[in-house]
Amino acid sequence: MIRYTLRRVAEMLITLLVASFLVFLVTEFSPGNVARKTLGAFALQEQVDLLYEKLHLNDPLMVRYVRWAGVLTGLQADPLQDPALKLDFKDPRGDRYFGNFGYSALFKAPVNDVLWDRLGNTALLAGIAFAVIVPLSLLLGVLAGMRVGSTLDRVVSTISIVMTSVPEFALGVILVAIFVVWLKLLPGTSPLKTNSGWPIWTQLLLPVSVLALYDAGYVARIVRASMAEVMAKPYVRTAVLKGLPWRQVILRHALRNAMIAPFTVILLQINWLIGGVVVTELVFAYPGFGRMLLDASLFGDVSLIEAATLIALFVATATQLISDIGYRLLDPQARR
Amino acid sequence: MALLSIRGLRVEYRTSRGTVAAIPEFSLEIGAGESFGLVGESGCGKSTLIMAIMGYMGRNGSVPRGQIIFEGQDLVTASPEALRKLRGGRIAIVYQEPATALNPSMTIGAQLMEVPIAHTGASRAEARARTAQVLLDVHLPDPDSVMRRYPHQLSGGQKQRVVIAMALLANPALLLLDEPTTGLDVTVEATVLDLLNELRQKYGTALFYISHNLGVIAQVCDRIGVMYAGKLVEDAPAADLFANPCHPYTRGLLASLPRPGADKRSHPLVAISGVVPSAGRAPESCGFLTRCPYAQPGLCDKAVVPLRDTGGAHLVRCARWQDLPAEQVAAAPGPQAAVAGRTDIVMDAHDVSRVFPVGRRKLLANDRLNMAAQRGHVLAVVGESGSGKSTFAKVLAGLDSATGGSLRIMGDDVAKIPVRRRTAKQVAAVQMVFQNPDGTLNPSHPVGWPLARSLRKFGIATSKADIEARVTALLDMVRLPSSLRHALPRQLSGGQKQRIAIARAFAGNPELLVADEPVSALDVSVQAAVINLLLRIQAEQGTTLVFISHDLGLVRYLADEVVVMYLGQVMEAGPVAAIFEPPYHPYTEALLSAVPVPDPSIKTKRIRLQGEIPSPLNVPAGCRFATRCPRKLGAVCDTTPPPKRDNRDGHIIHCHIPLEQLAQTEPVFRHV
Repeated sequence: MIRYTLRRVAEMLITLLVASFLVFLVTEFSPGNVARKTLGAFALQEQVDLLYEKLHLNDPLMVRYVRWAGVLTGLQADPLQDPALKLDFKDPRGDRYFGNFGYSALFKAPVNDVLWDRLGNTALLAGIAFAVIVPLSLLLGVLAGMRVGSTLDRVVSTISIVMTSVPEFALGVILVAIFVVWLKLLPGTSPLKTNSGWPIWTQLLLPVSVLALYDAGYVARIVRASMAEVMAKPYVRTAVLKGLPWRQVILRHALRNAMIAPFTVILLQINWLIGGVVVTELVFAYPGFGRMLLDASLFGDVSLIEAATLIALFVATATQLISDIGYRLLDPQARR
Repeated sequence: MALLSIRGLRVEYRTSRGTVAAIPEFSLEIGAGESFGLVGESGCGKSTLIMAIMGYMGRNGSVPRGQIIFEGQDLVTASPEALRKLRGGRIAIVYQEPATALNPSMTIGAQLMEVPIAHTGASRAEARARTAQVLLDVHLPDPDSVMRRYPHQLSGGQKQRVVIAMALLANPALLLLDEPTTGLDVTVEATVLDLLNELRQKYGTALFYISHNLGVIAQVCDRIGVMYAGKLVEDAPAADLFANPCHPYTRGLLASLPRPGADKRSHPLVAISGVVPSAGRAPESCGFLTRCPYAQPGLCDKAVVPLRDTGGAHLVRCARWQDLPAEQVAAAPGPQAAVAGRTDIVMDAHDVSRVFPVGRRKLLANDRLNMAAQRGHVLAVVGESGSGKSTFAKVLAGLDSATGGSLRIMGDDVAKIPVRRRTAKQVAAVQMVFQNPDGTLNPSHPVGWPLARSLRKFGIATSKADIEARVTALLDMVRLPSSLRHALPRQLSGGQKQRIAIARAFAGNPELLVADEPVSALDVSVQAAVINLLLRIQAEQGTTLVFISHDLGLVRYLADEVVVMYLGQVMEAGPVAAIFEPPYHPYTEALLSAVPVPDPSIKTKRIRLQGEIPSPLNVPAGCRFATRCPRKLGAVCDTTPPPKRDNRDGHIIHCHIPLEQLAQTEPVFRHV
């Protein structure tokens, strides 16, 4: 198991390395010139050309990638912070440190100053939503799948499919109409600032509800299907006809086997919650990671896009690693 | 008082087409310590009955009428809690497929220890000690190591022993056995049946054994019941039932089994015509009416036939039981002797090897096999699972390639030519019929499709009309109506699907047909019908048949020549009669001894193989069979490959024991 884990970690690092190159490649080939994007639309062409020269942007692609990776890992100084360029880019961390993502052209600040606040906000939203989605969908899915065709099963299945079919933005609008416009109980936007008069927790309530309602239905359906399949297995019959109480049949025999298939799906929700909830963030004006990535993309803020993509990639490979290891722990046949 | 008394039981299922009675009315008594066997084809309601006793019928099952009295308590009206206490406690069950009956993600120990903890309130330490004891009782040495393992780390036979141990843990008064040996190797089956007999003596448990295999039932049960369409049609002491079967259905079941020592020419199998009616569709008066050769209009189709005592505790439900002829109606003579006078060899395997490299080691699936099949003959290849039979079949068909030796089919060496590189003629020459017809027919194409495709691919027919006509002819050949060509596989029964598979195999007029366990997934009566059909077409067309099977009864019946394989090598080969009589190879002797004979008047010499077949990655250096051989001579068997000993008529035995000594062996089967 330890050897397997080490091998998987090594594979994950290789994946990240390859992915970082692809990310660099894609952003480098995006329309527009890096120097122009850095300086902004009102810079003179001469200035742009000068910067272009100074940044050695004519070098071959591989050379530029190695230089970029060098800056990222702190092996090289960030050329943009060179005072000779007179760009006035300052980073309190210095110009050479591990994790130097460069300078955000959009926010006129080091990427590290912008990125982590936004990621923190999203992690807060995602964390709470995940903490609601997982127990809720497991409970509903298991209860429904435990007795296929029962009233509870039908109710859960119907509600799940309805919730999953309503798009996030529609769900957001409906909830806002009820709780903000009509009942006036909750704030309509969630900028996570206290000066609006609404405590932070009230601002989180609606975005979390949208995510939880939308996603729990989907996960519950997966869990239900897996549970129903396991309940029809001969070994569950064996457990019942052994004379075990129903509780033990479910908890000891059915549950663990029913978790094997949905486990991966549940972990995939983390990826979605970190990078894919742009719509919800937009609806509630939530200062999150997804929205930042969208803004950066629209502006052409290369450094920020690269940084955000790399982080999303890291989250995705890390959850994949956890799900592979967890899968082997759950299923003895996958070990060996 | 009886231990279990079923009175007027009716079991119904709610389906989309209304309520159907899987069991219309059923009564039965089983005494304490008795061993009762219930036989019948699939769909006769045997499993429904077992599950009704256990109170486990799913959401759509119900018992509207009748009682199941067990130790004075009615199980039909028992509370869920009372039922729970009985299940696994006083009544336990052994399942058909041990592989699926065990939880894959729990250790054996954890699954077993639950039983004493739930039923006797044992502590974990007590439960562990009890479990270890019962595992020893079912002959699983080293219980501690077994308890730490997961099901996938055990062999099929070991898993079934674990399931039996699970059933015995709470010391039940009644043990229900639902086809517990189906799917196991014949040698493993024999040891499991021995174990059941031994445990019955030791624990005094009553057995209720259901199976479609009369041979197996005969090994274990004192009394046998025959079930048809949800009703008990005959009930008699075991010896009496075999000596004097009174119901036409019982007679039909017996006639569809090959008799010990008989072959296709002397005693052809007689299949029961028709199929088991689906639940609730059987005639009211006598369920067997539509399939019975003795049915008499005006008598059998009027009043409901009661169960009558014929004397000597022999009950039968037949209006005409006294009028039945003493012997089974003589069947049409079987297929005639294989084409005589011509001895051309269709398939000639010379030192065929199939070695799989596994890391730095070698897996010897086939190791220098030699065998030949003559035109129009049936060559049977027998052996336990892991003997390499199926690998050889794949090499024959080109689904796998040999790594050494030569394999001449119709003169061409195709040993190393995979099917993709064989010419259309070579492909057409070798066709296969597989074990599981469900897996070989494409579920989304009508069954006529593979037939038409074969005809087109092999250039037998090209025009649309010609293909249509040929498909009809093929269906007719396997006795299926031509309207069935538009049916999807799921609309067909298992026997019908296997007929389609046979028709497909014959579409290209093959020289050599390779049938890999073609009937082992089918019910006995269907088995007889499919075997008869296969042999008839084979004889008519003069096709050579390589028949791979672990069922030696069937092999005795249909083969002309037999090859006995063990761990990738040939142990013995020769004409069928020579194989089934001394001199035997010790392995053949053990295989024969394991055959469950459906006739209590025949005594079988008891030889049981110990241990498991060794891994083909690590084969014994001398004789492959040395590690399990009951007649091992000594070190020579471990170190030196055995010599080939020629008996006569091409009968060869690979063994260190001299032929004269092997010839003095007592025969395995003996009439008493």
